[in-house]
Formats: sequence, C-alpha cells, structure tokens
Amino acid sequence: MMSSIDWWIIVIGALCASACALPGTLLVLRKMSLMGDAISHTVLPGIAIAFLVTGSRDPFSMFVGAIVIGVLTALFVHAIQKYGKVEIGASIGIVFTVLFALGLILIRQALDHVHMDPDCVLYGSIEFAYFEQDSLFGYMVPRSFIVNGTMLIVNAVLIVLFYKEFKIASFDQALAQSQGFRPELMHYVLMTMTAVTAVAAFESVGSILVVAMFIVPPATAYLLTDRYWMLIVVALIVACLSSFLGHLGAITIPLWFGFNGTVTSGAMAVAAGLLFLLAWICSPRHGLVVLIVNRIIVRLKILREDVLGVLWRLEEREQPVLMQRNLQDLLRSNHLMFAMAMMSLKRSGAVQSDDGAIKLTTEGRNQATSIVRTHRLWEVYLDKHFPQDTHQLHHAASRLEHVTTDAMQEELGTATHDPHGSEVPKVEDE
Amino acid sequence: MSNIKKQNVRHSEHSLTAPVSIHDMTVAYQRKPVLWDVDLDIPEGKLVTIVGPNGAGKSTLIKAAMDLVPKASGLVRFYGKPFKAQRHMVSYVPQRETVDWDFPIDAIGVVTMGRYSKIGWCLPVRKKDKQVAMEALERVGMEAYAHRQISQLSGGQQQRVFLARALAQNAPICFMDEPFASVDAATERAIVEVLNELKQAGKTVVVVHHDLQTVPEYFDYVIMLNMRVVAHGDVADVFTEDNLRKTYGGRLTLLSEAAERFARQGNSH
Repeated sequence: MMSSIDWWIIVIGALCASACALPGTLLVLRKMSLMGDAISHTVLPGIAIAFLVTGSRDPFSMFVGAIVIGVLTALFVHAIQKYGKVEIGASIGIVFTVLFALGLILIRQALDHVHMDPDCVLYGSIEFAYFEQDSLFGYMVPRSFIVNGTMLIVNAVLIVLFYKEFKIASFDQALAQSQGFRPELMHYVLMTMTAVTAVAAFESVGSILVVAMFIVPPATAYLLTDRYWMLIVVALIVACLSSFLGHLGAITIPLWFGFNGTVTSGAMAVAAGLLFLLAWICSPRHGLVVLIVNRIIVRLKILREDVLGVLWRLEEREQPVLMQRNLQDLLRSNHLMFAMAMMSLKRSGAVQSDDGAIKLTTEGRNQATSIVRTHRLWEVYLDKHFPQDTHQLHHAASRLEHVTTDAMQEELGTATHDPHGSEVPKVEDE
Repeated sequence: MSNIKKQNVRHSEHSLTAPVSIHDMTVAYQRKPVLWDVDLDIPEGKLVTIVGPNGAGKSTLIKAAMDLVPKASGLVRFYGKPFKAQRHMVSYVPQRETVDWDFPIDAIGVVTMGRYSKIGWCLPVRKKDKQVAMEALERVGMEAYAHRQISQLSGGQQQRVFLARALAQNAPICFMDEPFASVDAATERAIVEVLNELKQAGKTVVVVHHDLQTVPEYFDYVIMLNMRVVAHGDVADVFTEDNLRKTYGGRLTLLSEAAERFARQGNSH
C-alpha cells in the first residue's frame, strides 16, 4: 500500500517535526509559543532577501538571512513591548505581520530572479522532497532528509548541552541571572534555534504550518507529563506520530470520499491537533476522562455516606427499615448511581439486605456514627461562628460532612448536642 | 574638601570588610527614580531586614545590588568586589510569584538549581549535588515532598522549597524577597529556624519584610526605607516609633511627587 517514497516522506516529516519540537518545548514552557509563530513567519523576508542578494537558492545564504531576521524579530518584539507600552501579544502581532508582508512583497520580486513557487513557500512541498536528491556518505538520499536530519541533531545537541541552563532560565530568570547563567543570552540562543529550524523545516512544511510543528507536539506532551526531560521525549514521540498519521491520512482518507490525496504538511498539522485532543481527553492529570471518573467517584462516595447517614437516623428514631427502592426515592438518586453505591456498600460489608430491607451491619454502624457525628458537630460549629437559620445549617453541614478529615473532626470540638437538640453520637473505639 | 576626602576613605575602608557595601546608589525605572542615594554597609553575620511601605524600593534595593535591575548611579561591593566577581557568595530567594509554579519540575529539581553555579555551564548535575539538595529539603522539613510536582505544593511549601534552594547555594550572603508573604504558621516557624541557623553559621541574611510586628523578634539589624534610607542600624536602636513614622508617614509624598516630576521632565526632553 505504501511505497518507499511514502516512507521517505514520513521519515522526512518526522525529522522535521522532531527538529521543531525541541525548541518548541522551550517555547511552550516559557509561554512564548507565539514567538515561534512570529519567527517562523518572519524568516520569509530573510529568505527573500537572501534570494535577492545572491540570486540563488543557496541554502547557506538562506540560513544566514533567516537567522538575522529571526534574531531581529526577537529584538523588535522586545523593544516594542518595552518602549511602545503594549503587551507582548500586540508587540508580536505588529512585528510579524509587518515583516511577513514585507517578505511576501520581496518574494514576488524574487520570483523574477529565482524560480520559486509561492504556494510552496506557504505550504511546503514535502511530497516532492524525494525527487531532489543529494549524496550522503555515498548514498543518494533526499536533500530534505539531510537538512532536517542535521537540524534535529544540532537542536538535540544544543538542548542536551544547555539542559540545565535552559531549565533555570525558563523557570526562574532572576536566579539564573544572579548565578551568572545569562538568561537573555539563552533567550537569543533559543530564538536563533527557532529561526534556523524554521528555515530548515520551511521547504518541507512551509512557513505557516511549521508553527504547528513547534507548538502542538510540546503542548500535547505538556498534558501528559510533569517532568521536564519526559516532556521532551513525549514531544518527540508525538512529532513522529503526527508525521506518520498525517501522511497516512493524506494518502488514504481523501480517497474514501473520491478525492485525490491531499497535502501532507496540512494533514500532519491536523494529525498533531487530533493527538492533542486525544491527549486532552486521556491525560492523567488534566484529562477529560480522569475528570469525569473523579467526579463519579466523588458522587459515589457522597451517596454511600448519605445512605449510611439515612439508615443511622432511621435507627435513631426507631423507624422501620426501608426497602432499597424507598431508600432510593428518599435520596432522590438516579438509578444507576444508587445501584453502584448499594453494591459497593454491600460488598464492603457496611449494609446487608434482609429480604430487600436494608440494614446497617456493626461495621456500617460505626462508619455511619462517624458521619452523623461530623454532621452534627459541623452544625454546632456553624451555629456558633455564623449564626443562621436551622434549615441552612443542615444543608451546609450535609455538604461539609463529606469533605471532613479525621483531624478536622477533632478540631470541630466535643459538643454533646447539635443546635436542633439531637445528641451528637460518639464513635466507639474498637 | 577635606571632608569629602575623609568620607571617601571611610567608604573604601568599609567596602573591603562589609559583606554588602552600597555607595550612593540610585535606581530609576524608565527615568522615574525609585531609590535615591542609598549609602550603607550591611554588617556581617547579622539577620538584616529591609522594611518600608509599598513602593518604597525594598525589592529594588536587593535586585539592584545583584545587578538584576540597572543602577542609574552608584556602586555595590560584596566583600570589596563587584557582584560579577562574587556571584558564588550570594544566594537569592526571589518573591514566590515571580516564577511559574506549573513548570514541569519537582521540589528536588528546584532545589538542585541552587547548585547549578557550582556545577558550571553545560555540565550535568552530579550525585553530590542531589545529596546537598536533599539535605537542604530536610532542613526545611520538606524531604517527604522531594518528588512532588511543584504545583501540587501549598504556598507555604513552595516557599520552603525556595528557601531550601538558597540553603543548597550555601553562600555567605543570602537575599530573601518577602519570604514570609502569605505563608502558614508552620512555614513561618521553619523560615525563622533557618534564619537562626544561618546566623549561627556566621552568614549574613538580608530579608525584605512587611510585618513590622515581628521585626524585633526575628531580626538584629533594620534598614528602614522609603525611596531613601530613613534609618539603619541595630533594631534596638533605630526601630523606634519616630523612625517608623518617618518611614511610613506622609512627609514622603513630597519625594514621590519629585520623582513623578523627574519622570515627566525626562519624557518631555
């Protein structure tokens, strides 16, 4: 199904995305994602000027042009923010739109001198990367493979070499500066890395989508881990996956709908976005699934405690036992949640069912006593410190009882009766 | 003439022995002066506090001393040498809000940063540095949280991690910027204990502080600041109601008005 050309495209895409993910990790951590966007756009005039000056697509002059403009962008953004009295977002907006527009104009001019496809400037031409070959150690390989591969190695070396320095400068600039770690210098090292990487990636994914490669894989990794080095590793994995899934998607999915294959660079960015979405849903810390599961767990815990509380109060008033059905109506709980709560209570041996009538076991009674005790002590506490009407008291205590730790319970005091006159039960020591 | 000369001599004498010696330092933000003519020596081995109202330039004073913000004029010497040459002698606890506590790093990782300057550029963290960092965490009672992600720590615990980082720097001079700001009682006790430990070890600690009530209890030496140094000396001598009134009183609005005019003048030129 996939030809060797397809595999080359995937490999080049993975190298390119990985090379971008390395400085991208730092951009995201330093909350400068938009700087990556700005620089990846402004390398365009840098490249255009290089075209115009040298009249060729010599990669070296392109790199030099892009580095100069990239660093200038960072300087301009900083200067406008400082002296123009605008926030950084506005400052970035001013600098990159102007420089990008300038780049477009210059590219038009350059077109007269150099053969260059404006579409390719914007979207890249990874599909054709295979056909421009160069020799590497005697083998003929696509030129983009060499360019992006070299870029990845250079970035990896820089990230490893300045691992500590980037970390301290990103986390605590003041400390970094006081210890002589030159955070400003590191900032410009990062800006230069970003600019050079943008140029290297430019031919493959174009100047617009490259920002997706800078930002999305690291942002995805940020959802999945809270370790700095792990962040880099995960970002690289996401980058490679984006390339694989992106190209696979580009050559297969449109065919299902009767279209021709689509641009790989665009599909790569979409794939990265989907991976981000997936990470957001499944993330162990901030994920949607975890959020929902946690909520259900909390609701179950509350429901279990409410059941125990109700059963205890029924015993206190020597009222007849309830059937499971009546209990559910009394607590106005939904069927599924209630069934789960009852199941877990029965399983843990806190309640038992006698021909459908629900009763506390000794173990369950102890737990329930503690819950009711907490509830009534809260009522005493609230009544003492925040006098209010009794209905509110009960309501507030019903919520507070579920979040009270043993230590908090001890601090609530040792009152013997609640404001309604009911006895505060004592938990018997075993 | 001879008077001026004498003063210069006095300064150069002091600057060689004092841990921190500040000479006629003025600091301005965008031409608006925030600190004027600060001129004092910080005595060795004492717990020193800087107090003053909001905007008095307390943080600016220590930041300018460490070259973190530029000085308009004046100079600062650490044991007679400029900060550049003495970085290793100064540890620093910045205000807690100045860093991103969502940064993907654990407590021990933050403390280890205190060792970076001893490790040097581009070299990896050694086992020994991890040990020192762990010991520092133990000294502030945070060893159980060493591998906790920092966003999962309470404000007080975060402050203690910062403190541990300064301990790991193990420098003879320590600057702390509002370490007591919004911390719990346990952390406040931990900080005071560490301060006393540092003093026992003969270190000089300079703390920007906002709670006047605890000044006599926690500190030996006080710098009372409101754009200018109102008074400085042993707490017993200068921490008087009169000086407090001068530091916090209305008299100073005149100075800040002058600063405003300076700034406006600068803009119109």
